[in-house]
Amino acid sequence: MRSLLKKKRPLSPHLQVYKIQITSLLSIMHRGTGIVLYGGAILWTLWFVALAEGPHAYVEMQNFLLSPFGLMMLVGWSFSFFYHLCNGIRHLMWDLGLGYDMSTVRLSGGLVVVTSLLLSCIAWMIGIWAGGNYT
Amino acid sequence: MRFETNLRRALGLGSAKSGVHSWIMQRFTAIALIPLSLWFVGIFILHLKAPFDISYRQFSSPWTMTLSVFFILVMFYHGYLGLKVILEDYIPHELTKWLLIMLTKFFSLFMALLAIVSLFRIFLK
Repeated sequence: MRSLLKKKRPLSPHLQVYKIQITSLLSIMHRGTGIVLYGGAILWTLWFVALAEGPHAYVEMQNFLLSPFGLMMLVGWSFSFFYHLCNGIRHLMWDLGLGYDMSTVRLSGGLVVVTSLLLSCIAWMIGIWAGGNYT
Repeated sequence: MRFETNLRRALGLGSAKSGVHSWIMQRFTAIALIPLSLWFVGIFILHLKAPFDISYRQFSSPWTMTLSVFFILVMFYHGYLGLKVILEDYIPHELTKWLLIMLTKFFSLFMALLAIVSLFRIFLK
């Protein structure tokens, strides 16, 4: 009886049933970018390990990060970071009970996408400027 | 307020009463991560092309070191809680779900310790 009831309990959310809307797309992206950031956290840890190992490992890690594949990963990571940060603040506002009507939800969603793209661009501009100082 | 009978509780069909803690910790860590992650992403961007010595010296200050260890702990805690929620939502098979959650927990702890040990090695040299 117990296992029968348990098996019928609903699981959330059914991605394949709903039509994608701006709200659901951003929500899925929040989880997606969260997973990407966990990967980023692993990469960060490996960067620390390389730094602790010494100059040789550090340079190898640096060459990997600055290779075309590494840079592609870093670009994805930076956008994921700023998106998750901005949308996370949006979520915290909801937790405070703010911004629940549909027009505000759509507006804040658009704002999150634009802001995170903008912040990624600024971050890369700073990165390229800082990189120029070392060479 | 309770919305379930004693029988349902006894059968284990109601709330587990432990979800609130995870929910609150997810928010606490999220708030802490706003300044911490911005600061750390800043450090990382500035040191991406930096020579070894400059990056190494960055972590010799006790302030940077303490903030880094704090950041690592909060980040992996937040990451673990996030992955746990995703696993709870999408893995219907109970045993698989709990094994994956357990694995995520061990892995997160291991990664956090690895980062902290590496940081200490840099700091103490």
